[in-house]
Amino acid sequence: MALVYEEAKAKIVEFINSKAKSKSKFYFNDFTALFPEEKGRDVKKILTQMINEEVLVFWSSGSTSMYGLHGAGKHADGED
Amino acid sequence: MAKHKTPLLDQLESGPWPSFVSDIKQEIASRYANPKGIDFQIPAECPDDLLGILELSYVEGETHWKHGGIVGVFGYGGGVIGRYCDQPEKYPGVAHFHTVRLNQPSGMYYKTDFLRQLCDLWELRGSGLTNMHGATGDIVLLGTSTPQLEEIFWEVTHNMNNDLGGSGSNLRTPSCCLGESRCEYACYDSQEMCYNLTNEYQDELHRPAFPYKFKFKFDACSLCCVASIARSDMSFIGTWRDEIRVDQKVVAAYVGGEIAPNAGAHAGRDWGKFDIQKEVVALCPSQCIRYEGGKLEINNKECVRCMHCICVMPRALKIGNDRGCSILVGAKAPILDGPQMGSLAIPFIKVDDDYAGVKEFIEATWDWWMEEGKNRERIGETLKRLGFAKLLEVTGTKADPRHVKEPRHNPYIFWKEEEVEGGWQREISDYRSRHQK
Repeated sequence: MALVYEEAKAKIVEFINSKAKSKSKFYFNDFTALFPEEKGRDVKKILTQMINEEVLVFWSSGSTSMYGLHGAGKHADGED
Repeated sequence: MAKHKTPLLDQLESGPWPSFVSDIKQEIASRYANPKGIDFQIPAECPDDLLGILELSYVEGETHWKHGGIVGVFGYGGGVIGRYCDQPEKYPGVAHFHTVRLNQPSGMYYKTDFLRQLCDLWELRGSGLTNMHGATGDIVLLGTSTPQLEEIFWEVTHNMNNDLGGSGSNLRTPSCCLGESRCEYACYDSQEMCYNLTNEYQDELHRPAFPYKFKFKFDACSLCCVASIARSDMSFIGTWRDEIRVDQKVVAAYVGGEIAPNAGAHAGRDWGKFDIQKEVVALCPSQCIRYEGGKLEINNKECVRCMHCICVMPRALKIGNDRGCSILVGAKAPILDGPQMGSLAIPFIKVDDDYAGVKEFIEATWDWWMEEGKNRERIGETLKRLGFAKLLEVTGTKADPRHVKEPRHNPYIFWKEEEVEGGWQREISDYRSRHQK
């Protein structure tokens, strides 16, 4: 079944908020697990759109990348 | 005049090797003198504070860099690596010290005007310090601040016809040898393939969705100048499947001393007369060469493509004409489980103009790894955990004796019940009629 953007976005945001007390950054696989019937590439399209809408931001250590809600946890301005 | 005293770093300059400390000091002097009157967009003291904070780390034995961060350009999940120091008041020049990776040209051919643009850009908007090239092979621009990132990206993409490279859980910047552009050993056009796949997989390069990093490297022959077999998750190594071409007259000329062996590469010292038995025949790892009665013979079926004989006598021996590449999977550095070399997955594939067969293999491999790979697990580790046979299965590759490294060492290829006539069921009484308990 094809993913509907608004529904998938709501599910992702809800998932992130449900974990907000313990963590602010998530691996890509955390999101594919939310949509076990869907292909990883389709989940990626949803995440990319959420990045482009600035709902999500990328976090990177240099070697690993993660996703987080815009403004949640440590962010660039807060690093100073 | 440098701000910080750096006695420990100064000591590093006393060795016989070129020193990064000396290079950074040169940049410090240049930025303070500023003979071109550059309007530096990040503090002129950036390289000075870099040495200062490094000296502090040497004194205290611990790092003052914080781990990662949210920096990047809009829509990109790689190419910029956020670095912040935890002593910004003391070392304001490196409060931000982000790294920018750019996609290097295939084979690392540069025009001088491009290099000049690059240096001018990095003097203006960065620290002036570069790393040409990083371990992945890309152009590494060291040290800039967050507000400069979009400016740098605009300049690079609009005025330099370039793009960011890969970092994080992305496809990393693909890299290749100079291939057919200069090398007679090239079995396929590694530069073209690198360029094609870089364009094809832009999404994988810039938007992270893999469990961890993934590197492509392209070597046009098995001399492996970019060491793809050891440094890339998927390496493409040129090979041939017919015979090494031998010109017996030229072999005789080498033996007679008319032509210098190794293309004259070891001419700086007198090594004595060229001895084909000792220098070629005896050094063949699969012992498939014979030189008798003035004739060189090669048992091509046993050749393992080490190319030593070709390198020693390049005018007499040439690569075969039926060329393509081998694909190996799973090389990595030793963070977990120790280092791994790539495992041969596709012994030979013709390199077509559209790379259709290659892309089919790549995408099947990725789909499997994205599904099964654990977070921060390289594909070489997934292979080790789930078995090489699984990769063959998901990519539709038929098991082949060439997949076995050596007998009884890695018996990862097992028969499945459906592949065996009669399956696993058997008539035990029939067996017992021939075998006692």
